[in-house]
Amino acid sequence: MSSNIHLFTAWKRVLTRELLLAYRQRNDIITPLIFFIIVISLFPLGVGPELDILRIIAPGVIWVAALLATLLSLSRLFSNELHDGTLEQLLLTPHPASVMISAKITSHWLTTGLPLVLISPLLALSLNMTTDALIYTMLTLLLGTPILSLIGAIGAALTLGLRGGGVLLALLILPLYIPVLIFATGAIIAVSNGFPADAQLSLLGAYLIIAIIFAPWISSYSLRISLD
Amino acid sequence: MNWVEFFNMGGYAIYVWSCYLLATIILSLNVWLPLRKYRGQQKKLRQQHETTS
Amino acid sequence: MIFQKYAAPKFFYPLAGKCLPWFAWLCVITLGIGLYLGLFVAPPDYQQGETVRIMFIHVPAAWMSMFIYAVMAGAAAIGLVWKIKLTDTFISSAAPIGASFTLLALLTGSIWGKPMWGTWWVWDARLTSELILLFLYLGFMSLQSAIDDPRRAARAGAILVLVGVINLPVIHYSVEWWNTLHQPTSVARLDGPRIHSSILIPLLVMMGAFKLFFISVVLLRMRSNILDDEADSRWLKEQGV
Repeated sequence: MSSNIHLFTAWKRVLTRELLLAYRQRNDIITPLIFFIIVISLFPLGVGPELDILRIIAPGVIWVAALLATLLSLSRLFSNELHDGTLEQLLLTPHPASVMISAKITSHWLTTGLPLVLISPLLALSLNMTTDALIYTMLTLLLGTPILSLIGAIGAALTLGLRGGGVLLALLILPLYIPVLIFATGAIIAVSNGFPADAQLSLLGAYLIIAIIFAPWISSYSLRISLD
Repeated sequence: MNWVEFFNMGGYAIYVWSCYLLATIILSLNVWLPLRKYRGQQKKLRQQHETTS
Repeated sequence: MIFQKYAAPKFFYPLAGKCLPWFAWLCVITLGIGLYLGLFVAPPDYQQGETVRIMFIHVPAAWMSMFIYAVMAGAAAIGLVWKIKLTDTFISSAAPIGASFTLLALLTGSIWGKPMWGTWWVWDARLTSELILLFLYLGFMSLQSAIDDPRRAARAGAILVLVGVINLPVIHYSVEWWNTLHQPTSVARLDGPRIHSSILIPLLVMMGAFKLFFISVVLLRMRSNILDDEADSRWLKEQGV
């Protein structure tokens, strides 16, 4: 019983430390966000400013940009700690490593995914999305970006310290992101056309729950493999 | 057996035969490349064993 | 018990060496029969004409691409639980063959689509899933080649394959759903004609031939990998290469 309390405290401590470190290196938070904005802005430049076309491609554009921005930020998830030895410390604590890792992943989402959710309305407006579509964009991003952080953590753990790490990580993880992309954009498009999007949202929700349960465990197992 | 007709494949000759050609190429490479590597390894190891024994 | 004995490289290597010629010859024979049946005996389809013969390459290739990935996943699971090194060798040896079949399925699928649907590429559910499978294979092979330490490479690869195989049904389902969403009226499917025996038998024979091909090549590659790993060991010197 007392070890449960300690577990949650330990979890909170790791989370707080991560958030503090992220705040000190604000650059790491801002860069993916700027990348997100720039990538989305490239599409009108490439496709033309016709609002009707932008409205149609908007869900896909926003979501693909979110995928890429998340990938950009994933390589730093474990690499900083790798270099100063604290990563091994994290795995050696008496608490289950998967719980500790989940704190890191939570911090990653708070500093990467959540900003994307918060800035998405502005970008949705710039792409001429309807209000419904905008709301569902935020909603799907809210449900989906944690999934991206969770699955991405597995990839980051497997590719820890490898040369060509960032691109390799993208190659490994992008196929696994595809269902999230399909269901999220499917939900937004359905709502834009006046159809309900309950099925897609439920699927995203289910995917999120499964990812929360399994991804930290798989990530910590992968970390051990990479560190041994 | 009308060979001209056979090769023509009802007008779809390029499609059908390019598929069979691709299959031949891909499957042959899958045999040839490992086989070449294996033979090279065999040769090298035999030489090694002769010099050490 | 006997199985575990043969799981050691020093027993597997000569066993594989003995079996290989048998599988190879069986493959050649089956391939010959399959090609004869497919090219000469099977009748042209009522709608698709002679292009139906492409199916005898495309369908077995696609089937093998999935079958090999599934077998790799099974081996990965066994390797992680029971820590048998031979499974690592198997997985690395099988991956390029699986990727080749996937590539063949994609290319023949694309070529088949041209006379049927008029375009070189259709984003239909099956071809798109196959494309994603290719990415999974390539990702696995890239990961293995990026890691120098063989033990880490083997275990990381095993995890990747398992994560991939769990995701594969999800990916396939989502792509199917995506496809019907965007093509409500004309669903372009590379299903092929209705299956009846004159089509089915050559198909099954070709599938058998491809399976035998896989077994033969994987045995060859495994022997080659074992030579790489065990170059300095005594049993190799004693047994001869």
